[in-house]
Amino acid sequence: MSDNNNNSSGLLGWIDARFPLTKMFEEHLSKYYAPKNFNFWYFFGSLALLVLVIQIVTGIFLTMHYKPDGELAFTSVEYIMRDVDWGWLLRYLHSTGASAFFIVVYLHMFRALIYGSYQKPRELIWLFGMFIFLALMAEAFMGYLLPWGQMSYWGAQVIISLFGAIPVVGDDLTLWIRGDFVVSDATLNRFFALHVVAVPIVLLMLVVMHILALHEVGSNNPDGVEIKKNKDANGIPLDGIPFHPYYSVKDLVGVVVFLILFSVVVFFMPEMGGYFLEHANFVPADQFKTPAHIAPVWYFTPFYAILRAIPDKLLGVIAMFSAIIVLFLLPWIDRGKVKSVRYRSTAFKLLLVMLVVSFLGLGYLGALAPNPTRTMFAQIFSAGYFGFFLGLWWISKNEVTKPVPERVR
Amino acid sequence: MSSEAADSNRRRFLTAATVVVGAVGTVATAVPFLASWEPSARARTAGAPVVADISKLEPGQLIIVKWRGKPVWVVRRDAKALATLSEVTDMLRDPDSNESIQPPYAKNEYRSRESEYLVMVGICTHLGCSPSYRPEITADFKGGFFCPCHGSMFDFAGRVYKGVPAPTNLTVPDYYFVTDGVVEIGKSGEA
Repeated sequence: MSDNNNNSSGLLGWIDARFPLTKMFEEHLSKYYAPKNFNFWYFFGSLALLVLVIQIVTGIFLTMHYKPDGELAFTSVEYIMRDVDWGWLLRYLHSTGASAFFIVVYLHMFRALIYGSYQKPRELIWLFGMFIFLALMAEAFMGYLLPWGQMSYWGAQVIISLFGAIPVVGDDLTLWIRGDFVVSDATLNRFFALHVVAVPIVLLMLVVMHILALHEVGSNNPDGVEIKKNKDANGIPLDGIPFHPYYSVKDLVGVVVFLILFSVVVFFMPEMGGYFLEHANFVPADQFKTPAHIAPVWYFTPFYAILRAIPDKLLGVIAMFSAIIVLFLLPWIDRGKVKSVRYRSTAFKLLLVMLVVSFLGLGYLGALAPNPTRTMFAQIFSAGYFGFFLGLWWISKNEVTKPVPERVR
Repeated sequence: MSSEAADSNRRRFLTAATVVVGAVGTVATAVPFLASWEPSARARTAGAPVVADISKLEPGQLIIVKWRGKPVWVVRRDAKALATLSEVTDMLRDPDSNESIQPPYAKNEYRSRESEYLVMVGICTHLGCSPSYRPEITADFKGGFFCPCHGSMFDFAGRVYKGVPAPTNLTVPDYYFVTDGVVEIGKSGEA
């Protein structure tokens, strides 16, 4: 006999009477009903979780050998690479994981965009997701300072100086962030603390909130149809299947494919031609010598290109931050009622193409040294990026859409 | 009124008072944590003035002096370089240094105490890179400094060109000549 509500007995029954183990397992896995028509795009949520785990585990082991000290940091990374058994693997897993995280998250966000997963009633899921994206950018930026190479140093110098563009308090603020008159040991030490403790805690909390919000309203799907509208006699969505075992097993296939690609990079091209690990970062930080060409790591280049496209410091900074803030507002910018791109207008599809082209174009230009032609293209692509949101707001008011089916196909 | 009924006014006052005291306490507690991010006493000491010997500087030569962890340039400009200053005025964003940071004695065309010697913080006013010295005078670029990060250009007095991202001229620090050939950076005179 059991003394809990789950009819479990034995050890599980003992636990269930004291902790909602079975209840949580059922709520989030075995009785969480997900639409049956998930496609390729739905792999990236669970893959993001996998990468998060990889980053946390490899990160913990890296801190066991790394020294957050302006004098020692660079050599301690060399030490990890050369002298620590398997240290090179830990570091390459962590550095490749950073890029993989952004690839997965960008694809995950794009999925939300094409299937309207940010629309009512999933606005909070989107907002939590955007905060995760923000935390991830902070995490990546601060982590990049730690190897204390030339690109670490000057990249941090450039990004911290962005805050100097804020009128009145700007200079004091940058001094406060650095803890010194230039990026120095003090900066490195505090970034280390934030990178390994503070931001990961925030990140984990946000991930939990993101998933709880998702499980509260239920997953969207490629048809953008609410499966909870059609339930059987037991209150189970007709078009839903339990996440476990159906999607846990399906996601396993995605995990295997991902790990194959991930391993190819880790073992055969960890620097990815200078895009995952930039060449200038193999030179120790030198505060008197700026590298000839400064470019952020690839995942920041689209926003960096927007910053550079505008020939005014304050306006450039405002444009760059706006490019991120506008994403937060997406659920309210899109006034449409139809979620999935499958049933939306041609205008929406064209806007989407414009966004993708602009974003990729900006990403490409942001990695290159500026010249007048490139700056002109960066300005065009920036207009395309912001144009998507403006256009979406405009067309979604009275959008002519195709009929949306009652049930998923 | 029975003695057991809640006095809602009193309860509201106590709640508000608790919230206010709690908030004040929280803010006060946050101060030490946030203030710990300010430059430490050691970092501030390292920001003290520095003395540099410039007696061996050749015309056209640039030396870098470290001050507050920043590169400070001392350039001995030759006559040709000084002559370019008045030629480029129309191409500059702030030729009279109205928007830029410099001590009053450097708010002139040369942006220096003595026209021959330029003393300047070698950090781009855009995003903090260190521009490189381009002493060659060509038809395209009259010489000066070029920032490799975002392409900002400056003349031989560190004045910024139009149409580049840097908003203002390069910053001139406080400095004075202790004797001929010795400059102290970070101070405007004996005091």
